[in-house]
Amino acid sequence: MLLIPCPWCGLRAESEFSSGGEANISRPYVNNDLSDNDWADYLFYRKNPKGWHQEQWHHVKGCRRWFNVERHTVTHEIRKSWPMNSSSDSND
Amino acid sequence: MTRYSALNLLREAGRLHSGWPEAWSSRDPKTSYDVIIVGGGGHGLATAYYLAKVHKISRIAVLEKGWIGGGNTGRNTTIIRSNYLWDESAHLYDFSLRLYEGLSKDLNFNIMLSQRGVINLAHTENEMREIQRRVNSIRLNGIDSEILTPEEIKHFVPIINLSNKCRYPILGGSIQQRGGVARHDAVAWGFARAASKLGVDIIENCEVEGFLISNGQVHGVNTNRGIIKSNKVGLVVSGHAGVLAERAGFRLPIESKPLQALVSEPLKPFFNVVLMSGKVHVYLSQSDRGELVMGAGTDSYNSYSQNGSFQVIEQMMASSIELFPVLSRLKVMRMWGGIVDVCPDASPIIGFSPLKNLYLNCGWGTGGFKATPGSGYVFAHTIAHEEPHDLAAPFSLKRFSSGALIDEHGAAAVAH
Repeated sequence: MLLIPCPWCGLRAESEFSSGGEANISRPYVNNDLSDNDWADYLFYRKNPKGWHQEQWHHVKGCRRWFNVERHTVTHEIRKSWPMNSSSDSND
Repeated sequence: MTRYSALNLLREAGRLHSGWPEAWSSRDPKTSYDVIIVGGGGHGLATAYYLAKVHKISRIAVLEKGWIGGGNTGRNTTIIRSNYLWDESAHLYDFSLRLYEGLSKDLNFNIMLSQRGVINLAHTENEMREIQRRVNSIRLNGIDSEILTPEEIKHFVPIINLSNKCRYPILGGSIQQRGGVARHDAVAWGFARAASKLGVDIIENCEVEGFLISNGQVHGVNTNRGIIKSNKVGLVVSGHAGVLAERAGFRLPIESKPLQALVSEPLKPFFNVVLMSGKVHVYLSQSDRGELVMGAGTDSYNSYSQNGSFQVIEQMMASSIELFPVLSRLKVMRMWGGIVDVCPDASPIIGFSPLKNLYLNCGWGTGGFKATPGSGYVFAHTIAHEEPHDLAAPFSLKRFSSGALIDEHGAAAVAH
């Protein structure tokens, strides 16, 4: 089981959280110029790296807040977590 | 290659089994092939077999980064069924089931197919209505499926807990009598042996590190054993489809997650069907050795580590005990994980890739084993004729931008 550092509650067991997948996805502006491929990219295409991955988690059985985590998809090591829309979002 | 037969078995018994040849020959790669299949699991080997047998293509290589049957082909819970809700899936999976029914004879290799019946349980009134809808839809596609009352389920599985005092009482279910299990290793070995006999080069310990691409066309692959050229490359990998697509320079709508399974200590035979419950979420069967084989859903996060989180195993065991309280002291012998490539609609991708000459058969998610021969058959057709087989056409990569998804999440008789 992962130990996930919630930015507000500290280290908690994975069973308190639900995984929200890739972080930092923004909804494209929908107008006539938006192609089917771009819309599909937003809906269905996700980063799936073998290595460091930025993803969102929800502390659903705790403080019920969303936040971002950077986790390694082979070792499962978590090297940082941060609240959404904070300055760390620009880190890659 | 010696045919497996009673006569040859007798002859070899007479000389203490000293004369059996190897089942398939592991080759060194040549410099070029007509078709290269990347991935030596069941689906890749089946593709190579049908390319050689049905389409008479002679120079075929199967490249496997590890060893034959060492990936998800040897890690699944061996369940075979075709009770899918949507027409596209029902047609494809039932085609595969029909191939399975003749496969031991076709391959001259006993895959130990046991059509013992697959039972899906309903624990709520809503689930019971869903099962009735699904059974009707499946029957309209000409596939066997029946509704069961709790008493009829008890007939198949005498030790099941039918108490109405538990959290999720059993209200009924459905059965597909033709469903069952097969020996997964034997499926890989049988296809490898039969393909090898038809002249397919099976190349183990050969990892594809990149693709030779010019003008949007693939001309071959770059491997740890050198460059191999081919004007047709089929990508039939599980767990690493996204990694290989990235090496070819495009993305796939796939996320890779761990799917765990476990086996218990061996018990005397006590139930002879496959039992699945989407609500308490476990699927289990008893192997020929008496072990209970159990599986459930994937872990929630992306991973390439072939092991998942313990609470998933705990939930799977809790579900089994809910159905069979008598198992509460059962010991677990082994647990393991495999990496499954899951598409957003829980259906596979079969057909063209964004690059010319590169074909995709991947994203089988949590349920690829049951499709092994059918998947190989339709993909071989797709590669040989350079157009999708009728059964494969709905599963194109383009469905994600056209919107024609085949949404088997929840519809496929068990949650993913």
